[in-house]
Amino acid sequence: MTLTRETPAVALHGVSKSFNEKSALTDLTVVAPEGKITVLLGPNGAGKTTAIRCITGAMSPDQGCIRVLGFDPEIDGEAVRSECGVVSAKPALYDRLTGWDNLVYAAELHGVSKVNMPNRIKTSAERFGIEHALDEQVGGYSTGMKTRLALARSVLHEPRLLLFDEPTSGLDPESAQAVLALIREMTAEGHTVVMCTHHLIEAEGLADHIVVLDVGTDLVAGAPADLVRQYWPEDSVLIAVDHDPTSAALFTDIDKLSGVRRIEPLGEGGSGLEFRVVVDNHAITADVVAALTAAGSRVRKVVPHEPSLEELYFAVRRSTRDLSEAGAPPPGFTREKATR
Amino acid sequence: MNWHRTFTVARTDVKQLVLAKDFWVPMGILGGIFFVVVPLVLLLSIVSLGDVSAIKNVAETLEVLPQKAQEQIRGDTPQGQTSYALAVFLFAPMAVVVPLTISTAVGAASLVGERERGTGEFLAHSPAGTREIYLGKLMASLVPGYFTTMVGFTLYSLIVNLIVGPEVGGWFFPTQQWWLLMLWVLPGFLLIGLSLVLRLSGRVKSTAAAQQASGLITLPLIAISYAQASGAVYGTATTTVMIGAIAWGIGAVSTWRGMRGVKRQRLLGVADGV
Repeated sequence: MTLTRETPAVALHGVSKSFNEKSALTDLTVVAPEGKITVLLGPNGAGKTTAIRCITGAMSPDQGCIRVLGFDPEIDGEAVRSECGVVSAKPALYDRLTGWDNLVYAAELHGVSKVNMPNRIKTSAERFGIEHALDEQVGGYSTGMKTRLALARSVLHEPRLLLFDEPTSGLDPESAQAVLALIREMTAEGHTVVMCTHHLIEAEGLADHIVVLDVGTDLVAGAPADLVRQYWPEDSVLIAVDHDPTSAALFTDIDKLSGVRRIEPLGEGGSGLEFRVVVDNHAITADVVAALTAAGSRVRKVVPHEPSLEELYFAVRRSTRDLSEAGAPPPGFTREKATR
Repeated sequence: MNWHRTFTVARTDVKQLVLAKDFWVPMGILGGIFFVVVPLVLLLSIVSLGDVSAIKNVAETLEVLPQKAQEQIRGDTPQGQTSYALAVFLFAPMAVVVPLTISTAVGAASLVGERERGTGEFLAHSPAGTREIYLGKLMASLVPGYFTTMVGFTLYSLIVNLIVGPEVGGWFFPTQQWWLLMLWVLPGFLLIGLSLVLRLSGRVKSTAAAQQASGLITLPLIAISYAQASGAVYGTATTTVMIGAIAWGIGAVSTWRGMRGVKRQRLLGVADGV
């Protein structure tokens, strides 16, 4: 089935799933655009793994609609799973078999022809730097090697959709970075990636699209930049100057500058007197610093505020909590979600 | 139904068993005790004891065997008749007990083992259908027990012919009933046992629980198989064929139900009640 640019590779709408009356997913909506990296971000127990399992059809939802590459996994499970490469939180490898045999097993289940198989296996293994260990039993592999083998296994049948559930779990920082770089490479080749993580640092710079999950439901979704703009519509800069009894007059001078919206005093910190200047854009920052210097203040720190994903994540969770206590939907809640 | 994938699952499982020394060494010992050590000791003792009163007494008890069985007994001396009867009739049930014990041990751990090791996640996300996985696992569970039994049976045949053969006028084993037992009746009973044990393996929470619960299934099954195997070698070829046909019929129904009973999410260990 051919997808158009507008058709998402993965679409879950209003999906709910419970186990023995314990809810794992509640009215979950996730849309993963074709050819992009979508990161499902959430704490442990947020429903990320269950969502992945529903996407491949390994698990059936109690309610809701799922479309993967145009197929319904409940009806066309085999077609969906043939187009998916999955790396689970645990690598799910056969320890007694060699790396080569693990890859052969996956290739055969995915119907890779015997003629192409050796070449595909070698290419995948080389790509993830595991080719030197293919003759060894997987039981003797390090965690990093197992993850690399699991990644190699996930791509050897050339799937269109890659589903990675905490792929860097248990890896040292260097190996984790290498794995993330490889994931980035694969998207550049046109693969669609859906990745689960609770490591905000990992998602930073990797995600084209983020879905923040908590207790089985999506809180917000969108491109990181859009979400940041949603939560921090104004640019701001944190400034620290040496303490000066004439600070109040200083604030009045800055406030008069064109492009400065307001000043928020933050009090005295280790760097001196700290305040936040909310500006139209960061280009104004130079004018603010120049005005402070001209007024005789000694500027000790200038930090333009560029919200990290971590800040965004906690802002989403905080506002969700606050607003749910107040009975209102959180900012960023999609219209569709809010009206469902 | 994709048979290539079924055989791939079976082959990979068998390969893992072959690589597991801690599995096949005890399996070999079990087969060795039943098919080689016990018959060797017993038959050698009878043949070498000679025409003593104990052997005569045993020979007299052969009269309790069914008429059809008594007619089959060859040999002119009491030790010849006794050793023939033991070789042909007494050891028949072990041919069923050994593979059932081995295969159910493998089968009990198969599906739940995938879940415990986390590899069930890989299978659940693979294109392999649950029926293909179930049948592949069933084949893989059947192979070790049946293979051990056939190797043991070959060795047993050699032992019997070499020890008892000279007493009864030459090589005589396997008899027609034994061929039918090994090639027709035994696979049927294995199918019944494994289809039930695999269903169980897909439902319980741990391998230990599967082993315990499979005992509840296999013990009565072994008792039934024991009786039927004896009946098969005592009776006529027609009786043996009938026993085998009934076993195959029950096994086929049980396998069909088992194939339908396996759910993909049970491989993940999150199905209701698991």
